Amino acid sequence: MKTNIYLYIFVMAFTTWCMRVIPSLIMKKPIENRFAKSFLYYVPYVTLAIMTFPAIVQATDQPLAGAAALVAGILAAWFGANLFSVASICCITVLLLEFLL
Amino acid sequence: MELKENRSKLYIEGVKAGIPIGLGYFAVAFSLGIAARDYGFNAFQGFIASLFTYASAGQYIGFSLYAANGTLLTLIVLTAITNLRYILMGFALNQGMPAGTPLGTRMLVGTCITDEIFSVTIARPGIPTPWFTFGALLTAAPMWAAGTAVGISMGSILPARIVSALSVALFGMFIASIIPPARKDRAVAFAIAVSFACSYACEHVPGIKDFSSGTRLTILAIGISALFAVIMPRADEEDKKLEELEELGETDGEVRSEN
Repeated sequence: MKTNIYLYIFVMAFTTWCMRVIPSLIMKKPIENRFAKSFLYYVPYVTLAIMTFPAIVQATDQPLAGAAALVAGILAAWFGANLFSVASICCITVLLLEFLL
Repeated sequence: MELKENRSKLYIEGVKAGIPIGLGYFAVAFSLGIAARDYGFNAFQGFIASLFTYASAGQYIGFSLYAANGTLLTLIVLTAITNLRYILMGFALNQGMPAGTPLGTRMLVGTCITDEIFSVTIARPGIPTPWFTFGALLTAAPMWAAGTAVGISMGSILPARIVSALSVALFGMFIASIIPPARKDRAVAFAIAVSFACSYACEHVPGIKDFSSGTRLTILAIGISALFAVIMPRADEEDKKLEELEELGETDGEVRSEN
């Protein structure tokens, strides 16, 4: 028998929310341990880097366009473009290249 | 604690960060919607699932489990595993909050965690605040939900070229979050390079490549961060210096983006 779809959605949403707030329930003050501090310092950058590559190359119809968007985005961000500009530059790069290729 | 008049400013700052995130979400949620339709979700069900869950990979797994008649226990276990990175992000955000921060504040900030909202919150100078994170979440999550609903109901009406171009917006935002810190701290740049390489390698290693992307992400994130915590630990004084540098850098960036 199929579980009620709304119960399913509720359980999915609630479980996800628990993952978000568990650390808030445990931590009362910043961690002092050097390893833990360093570990937490690297987590965000490592996580986002893993999510970006190679996914960006697979997201576009032409892998080359995705790769070009990655390079264009890195260059733009390196030279100080803000979040929205970098995202736009990546989109435009793909649009142009896929039009040409 | 921020002053009252600062709260609306922080909220608006969050809304501003939420707009590009939401645009990227819309495009990604659109493709999630196409999958959700195949798994038996109608536009309304997809909308509320996205509005209250707002987790890309986790939702995809949830949708496919529903289609496969998975039990609620399976759903709980797989949702927890896929979203394990939120626990890491939650610890990282709480790390930025001083002792004595009320539990309510900590939980509200935690509630707003998505990959992207986490990254803009971390990139922002100062203590993580729920005013900022809610500005971002309340702007971006409805667009995520709308994208899912539109994807379910409209399927493949948008030209493939537009969908393809929009799909990199989200990655552009990731890049914008990690490159400026990499420029300031060589250890971060190195960590990013290693992450790229490992992430690429894991897509091709037999065994590992069969894991879900969420599981792979969690294993890699823990492994690489732990490795760098050992080989390039952060010294306390260096910490302070870098924070100062970061604040200077971010202020510059803000001025630039407002002009």
